[in-house]
Amino acid sequence: MNRTVRACAALLAGFTLLTGVLYPGLVTVAAGLFFPWQAGGSLVRRDGAIVGSRLIGQTFAGQEWFHGRPSASPGGPYDAYPSGGGNQGPLHPAWRDSVQARVVAARNRECNNIAVPVDLVTASASGLDPHISPAGAYYQVPRVARARGLPESAVRGLVAGNVRPRTLGLLGEPRVNVLELNLALDTLAAAPGEAAAVTNGRTR
Amino acid sequence: MTFSALAQAGLLLLAVRLLAAPLGEYLARVFDDRARGATRLFGPLERLLLRLAGDAASKDSMSWQGYAAALLAFNAAGMLLLYALLRAQALLPLNPGHHHGLPPLLALNTAVSFVTNTNWQAYAAETTVSHLAQAAGLAVWNFLSAATGLAALAAIARGFAGRDTTGLGNFWRDLVRVTVHVLLPLSLVLALVLVSQGVVQSWSGEAPIAPLQPAAMGTALPLGPVASQVAIKQLGTNGGGFYNANSAHPFENPTPLSNFLECLAILLLPAACCFAFGALVRDRRQGRALFAVMLVIFLPLMLVALGGEQASIPALTQSGVDQAAGPWQGGGHLEGKEVRFGAGGTALWAAATTAASNGSVNGLHGSLTPAATLVTLGLMQTGEVVFGGVGSGVYGLLAFLVIAVFLAGLMIGRAPEYLGKKLEAREMKLAALAILLPAAAVLLGTAVACAVPAGAGAVLNPGARAFSEILYAFTSGANNNGSALAGLDAARGFYTVGLAIAMLVGRYWVIVPMLALAGSLACRKAAPPSSGSLSTHAPLFVLFLAATVLIVGALTFAPALALGPVVEMFRLGAS
Repeated sequence: MNRTVRACAALLAGFTLLTGVLYPGLVTVAAGLFFPWQAGGSLVRRDGAIVGSRLIGQTFAGQEWFHGRPSASPGGPYDAYPSGGGNQGPLHPAWRDSVQARVVAARNRECNNIAVPVDLVTASASGLDPHISPAGAYYQVPRVARARGLPESAVRGLVAGNVRPRTLGLLGEPRVNVLELNLALDTLAAAPGEAAAVTNGRTR
Repeated sequence: MTFSALAQAGLLLLAVRLLAAPLGEYLARVFDDRARGATRLFGPLERLLLRLAGDAASKDSMSWQGYAAALLAFNAAGMLLLYALLRAQALLPLNPGHHHGLPPLLALNTAVSFVTNTNWQAYAAETTVSHLAQAAGLAVWNFLSAATGLAALAAIARGFAGRDTTGLGNFWRDLVRVTVHVLLPLSLVLALVLVSQGVVQSWSGEAPIAPLQPAAMGTALPLGPVASQVAIKQLGTNGGGFYNANSAHPFENPTPLSNFLECLAILLLPAACCFAFGALVRDRRQGRALFAVMLVIFLPLMLVALGGEQASIPALTQSGVDQAAGPWQGGGHLEGKEVRFGAGGTALWAAATTAASNGSVNGLHGSLTPAATLVTLGLMQTGEVVFGGVGSGVYGLLAFLVIAVFLAGLMIGRAPEYLGKKLEAREMKLAALAILLPAAAVLLGTAVACAVPAGAGAVLNPGARAFSEILYAFTSGANNNGSALAGLDAARGFYTVGLAIAMLVGRYWVIVPMLALAGSLACRKAAPPSSGSLSTHAPLFVLFLAATVLIVGALTFAPALALGPVVEMFRLGAS
């Protein structure tokens, strides 16, 4: 009995130190050495200010931006405290109604009557999805180009440059990062001649 | 189903098969204390921990009672310590979010949940738990609950092999060895790869940001020691997220590659356990047969989930929603899913995480289509033996195997035997206990919850899905999975206590009978196989065992499933 108590106490202390202190500490040190930018949240800077994270979506309202997906985050759209979604099933009447309302709103905003890509009218799991599908981005091009006074072809080219394909052609789905696309859009609008210089790389 | 989703699933299963066999061999060497190469690297750590543990961790082999007592004592002590840590987190350092201590019932539920390898979470972690409690409490038990399951498997395999008729091994040595030589190195590697993909690893509370349209959203993002915790929660079939959205959160699972690796980590160790069992009983064909049984059940159900999530919903098409897959979108049912994973990547994960008793999610199971909901419930209701938990999946499947050998024995008119050992009435009773009690906990828990307002009032969705939310909660708890149809308000007292009981039953009422079964087999003599022996590695027996698992599951749960996802399937088809 005493032997068991001793083993319990000693190993709980030993394992807490090993797997609860040393292990995360070692990962933190190694992460800081090799991947400091990723470990700190992949933060994106513009003119010295941190405008967000490359991995976390933001709310974009207004005609001159590409919009992200609807967010059902418990604290409010794109609020990270906490992350989450609506948890409504596909037969929930309120969910059906909200999808219908989003379709109507999207068609009014874009001034068209075509089918809306599904990602633009459904909420993500995290409430923080940074991406939309390329279809969802192309769908918004005419309206954004109009609002920004840019040629549609330039904006379409900007989207094309920001499309990330499936990894190895197999993993995940093609997507566009909305924050990066909008940052590139700002750059393009400020200096249309430099459109070619806009890449989908990191904006540090 | 799209080609890329199928190819992604195929690649995943191929990787699991290729990696699980050598990892299983390595696991067996660790348990047999034959891990020479690894010992040089981690040997000092192992010796240090064993010296700390004292006399109990000597080379003496334990009887099944002694093994079970040590395992239960260690788990009980862990629950107490974890409970205390969660209650007291406000008084301790590394609490940048200034979270209060968890209320008593929630702390109880969480302590039981993490020690039983369930990782059911009735709280949103980023607004509830301090960095210290996550790293030095919850993550520690991600390691130790996995190590407990693996140790139990090693002991049970020794009983089946019966080479050591004096006992089943030493719990403390098994616990230390598997943590130091298997879980820790794997987690270190995976954690660093995940950081490279963008999983955060920081002790800051949050990163302040100035969004492009600041009025519309919050101005800070929660950080933490995420990668180190996510690695072990995926590898150890734990599944408890650092964030509320679990592996759907971009800081926890940022890219398709991180998603693939995390999904691989869900299945890797449970699959390796099959091969480890084969190596431990010195008959590798038996291990391969167990893996085949799991695959035979998993594959068709996974395809049903993929098909269900990728299909367009007719009513949505009429509303003007484009769900068709094409070059510029993955399409499918994207409510509660992330664009980077798509419908296929989320359906694949949903099948994997419920087949294995992991329970982490990369999308909201509460928003899955009825077909995929049926698959997730069904896979858990096999008793988590299709991959299942690390260790627990294989010893759970062995309970079904004992039943299947008995049934086959009746058909061919021979006394049931496995690995040359006769299986007698005592073994049959113990196997039946291990199968029936968790199933009873699911059904009784669900029935009580539906009957009392405290249970029935906690649902979010109307209609059949309300019932599914309750059924899913008790299925997940009593099978130590931990995923949820999260519309259910699980923080209510009824569920914190009810599910804690279900989790305890699901964990220890399988471990203890299976240890007892192994204990009685350990001292039984093995007869050499004859021409009339049942060949338990042949394809025919693989199918027979798979059928046994499915029939027992169907007999137990078909009526309950008919009231939930099956009703919904008809309604969705008609809508």
